[in-house]
Amino acid sequence: MSKFKKKKGGEMPAVNTASLPDIVFMLLFFFMVATVMRQNTLMIDNNLPFADQVEKLDKKDLVMYIYAGKPSSNYKSTYGTEARIQLNDKFAEVSEIPAFIAAERASKREELIPFLTTALKVDGDANMGLVTDIKQELRKVNALKINYTTKKGDAIQGLNK
Amino acid sequence: MAKRSAPEVNAGSMADIAFLLLIFFLVTTTIETDSGLNRKLPPIDDSTEIPPIIREKNIFQLNVNKNNDLFLKTGGEEKIIKIKDLRAAAVAFLDNGGGAGTDACKRCQGKKNPRSSDNFDKAIISLQNDRATKYDTYIVVQNEIIAAYNELRNREFEKSYPNLGINFVEADKRYSDPRTSSAEKANLKDKLEVIKILIPQKFSEAEPKKSN
Repeated sequence: MSKFKKKKGGEMPAVNTASLPDIVFMLLFFFMVATVMRQNTLMIDNNLPFADQVEKLDKKDLVMYIYAGKPSSNYKSTYGTEARIQLNDKFAEVSEIPAFIAAERASKREELIPFLTTALKVDGDANMGLVTDIKQELRKVNALKINYTTKKGDAIQGLNK
Repeated sequence: MAKRSAPEVNAGSMADIAFLLLIFFLVTTTIETDSGLNRKLPPIDDSTEIPPIIREKNIFQLNVNKNNDLFLKTGGEEKIIKIKDLRAAAVAFLDNGGGAGTDACKRCQGKKNPRSSDNFDKAIISLQNDRATKYDTYIVVQNEIIAAYNELRNREFEKSYPNLGINFVEADKRYSDPRTSSAEKANLKDKLEVIKILIPQKFSEAEPKKSN
């Protein structure tokens, strides 16, 4: 009786892959939790300009987004080609901004309201007239902290593209 | 009777399914851009107080017209300026230090041109744009002005606190990073405040003109 019995055959044992699904599921959950789904479906072209003196926007829950740009090709026939504002999931007029800000403020805790920032995601091709109108409305409702959302890159080169 | 064991479910394809889901999520999620230029809008001022008179030499007046051309009016001269020259021109204006007596600027390293700004505190950059100006041009101008301020603030920060080994922008980033310890934050906050008071961002935006 030998303690070291010779194995039958010389074939390699198969690698146990039973834990592979666990690993993949772990990765899957990580990505599902870590990635932020886009809150709004964009109905406009939103090609942000470039800038290099950018600061990061922390605390995503304290940001209100205002989009502006030309309606994208699906909506051109209905809404024309002039740059427009999009709030949440629909096109809006400049005059609807105060109501939007009020609704956003009402959904936040009171002590956080002074820290709310308005992120302006405006298409590079839009006219300043529209942006100025937005800024005037924001001033009227005292939402003074704004952020011009941009892509990170060389500003002057980005302009010439 | 022999005990019959339940047949094991073949889980070999589970990994494939999970991979499929994983790839779906990787492809569909977009990481949103969440960085940009932070600015503060001026509150609406209803008071009828007469604004203080600002001497013309302390104003760096920029005007962007509807064709996205940039006009600069400062120190009594008016000229068209290219965007790529704007940063250097703004730094030269802010750093001029032409003041004398109580307005003298100790830390300015500029040319001390008496027709340009007195000191950091007095120098004002004003920007006016047309309603038809393109937004991307406006952003570039804003970016260059912020860059000019940051350049000077970096210089003064490094001069004031050489042993930190970082500049103003990095310190500001460190300060707003939620992972930084509160002790370091308190330490940085005072230093950032000192520089912000030394070189305040006096930047005013006039309401745009209507293009006819």
